[in-house]
Amino acid sequence: MNLSRLQTRNEHRVVLRAEGVWKSYDDGAIAVLKGVDFEAFEGQTIALCGPSGCGKSTLLHLFGGLDAPDCGQVSVNGVEVNRHCNLLRLLRHEVGFVFQLHNLIPDLTLEENCLIPTMAAGMDRRTAQARLHQLAESTGLTHRLGQRIQKLSGGERQRTALCRALMNRPKILLADEPTGSLDEQTSGSVFALLLEIVATEGVTLVMATHDRSLAARCDRQLEMHDGRIDEI
Amino acid sequence: MIFLKLIVTNLRRHRIRSFISIAGIAFSVAAMLTVVTVLQGAIGMFSGILSSDSEIIVFERNVSDLFFSNVPEAALEEISQWPTVAHADPVLFGIVSSADHPIITCFGVTADDARIRKAAWTAGDKLTFAQHSDDVVLGERAAEFLDAKLGDHVPIGHGVFHVIGILKTANGFEDGGVFMPLSSAQIFFHKEGNSSVITIKLRNKDDTALFKNTVKARFPTLIGLEDAEFTRSYSQFRILKATAWAVGGCGLLLGGFGVANTMIMSVFTRIREIAILRVCGFSNTQIAAMILGESAVITLLGAMLGLLIGGCLLYALKLVPALHGYIDATFQPVVSLIVILMALITGLAGALYPAAYAMRVRAVEALRFE
Repeated sequence: MNLSRLQTRNEHRVVLRAEGVWKSYDDGAIAVLKGVDFEAFEGQTIALCGPSGCGKSTLLHLFGGLDAPDCGQVSVNGVEVNRHCNLLRLLRHEVGFVFQLHNLIPDLTLEENCLIPTMAAGMDRRTAQARLHQLAESTGLTHRLGQRIQKLSGGERQRTALCRALMNRPKILLADEPTGSLDEQTSGSVFALLLEIVATEGVTLVMATHDRSLAARCDRQLEMHDGRIDEI
Repeated sequence: MIFLKLIVTNLRRHRIRSFISIAGIAFSVAAMLTVVTVLQGAIGMFSGILSSDSEIIVFERNVSDLFFSNVPEAALEEISQWPTVAHADPVLFGIVSSADHPIITCFGVTADDARIRKAAWTAGDKLTFAQHSDDVVLGERAAEFLDAKLGDHVPIGHGVFHVIGILKTANGFEDGGVFMPLSSAQIFFHKEGNSSVITIKLRNKDDTALFKNTVKARFPTLIGLEDAEFTRSYSQFRILKATAWAVGGCGLLLGGFGVANTMIMSVFTRIREIAILRVCGFSNTQIAAMILGESAVITLLGAMLGLLIGGCLLYALKLVPALHGYIDATFQPVVSLIVILMALITGLAGALYPAAYAMRVRAVEALRFE
């Protein structure tokens, strides 16, 4: 970990915070998170490691407002995420998601998939197009904009998913094993691109991953174990 | 644009399912359009008989059918003397049967009646009408199916009548009907001294209200209605119209069930996609609009196809010789608009549950199942 960089980042404000977060499934039979405390600073890249089922994805879903904790609280940019907060605003402007499976709509083109969040957020067409071309250039997808998703390679699809997640300029990118479905070489290149873009955009990255080598390239590595988080 | 594409994409994805739904709506719309148009046409024709060179019809109050209406000659004599009345023509309606034709409409009219005076006679002389009690004039279509020519004697009901003329009219009921002198019709139908209705032409249309009120005051058992008013209020017409819309509506309802089924399947098979849209920031309203939009596209395509099929069906019916003159298959924009609106409402109603279901999709649950 780059300690000097981390120290610099620590001076920045907290953009994501979890305090005593508990989450269980099947009416409490399966406790996944047991009092998780977490803080992420503006512009940090954080890797969440741990075995399957340890609660990495659950935590990301809680950060993005897709699910609610049983107990404790999650806040994004100082605003608590709960059913009373504006979840639409959170999803449209504050956070972006990238999943292991690209989760793109196969019948639409790359361009159309990327424009979906801008349409949801009501962004004007010209601004959306400009943003799309900026991101497409950053990810090397400019020449593929008109292609349908079926015609794209795995790496291109994941880069498209990354573009889509960043279209509305979110402050936080939540990535759930973003390179998990890619081969080693492609995985490396997509992850390098991911780090480069979040650095350029000043986005905070929280990424769940099994890949220790990728995790080592983040500012912080956190290990999830028995429903809790330990800093490595 | 993308929103529209999201709507259309799913229809293209399941082409056969979409086509079946569209076809369901199309045939419902076609059936409704055909039934309603044919019936409206028939009602229009019957109204046309009554409104021939007249604007008001006088008949017995509270009668369920004009065939049962009795207007006494005394009333005719008095009304025809009123200064507001240009002329008053009694008409007696009756139904008879012949060997091969169970229903032939008979019109008992006077020689002065507009139907006789203004009709295009293809055979015979209009001046000879009502000179003998067994004289009849046939509509062209009636002459055809009775296989009768000028001068022939034809059996109608329990009598044999002498054909003294054949006239051509665009109205199917008149063209397939038999005209006989009023006095003969009164005897034939056992309605001596009565007619079914009196059709009235006023000297001044502004006197309509005065005329109706005078009828009400002088003849409490009779009622005078303007032609349009009669068409709207006549119970038989209302029953027929209600039946037509109900039958058509049932067809449309079935089409609506088809759309509902399609939309439910559509939502169930794209839960993951809906979850992705949610993660991208789609609101409940946007999700619902997408589902309802899909349904609207199906319904509108179905309605357009239905109008085309219905139009072809009506055109084909118009060409059937046996129905010639009985069906007014003219395209009626108002009926078409109502049918399209009803189809749209049905389609959207069918998509309400699927839309509500889609709005309840929780992204976190849908995405968990990879």
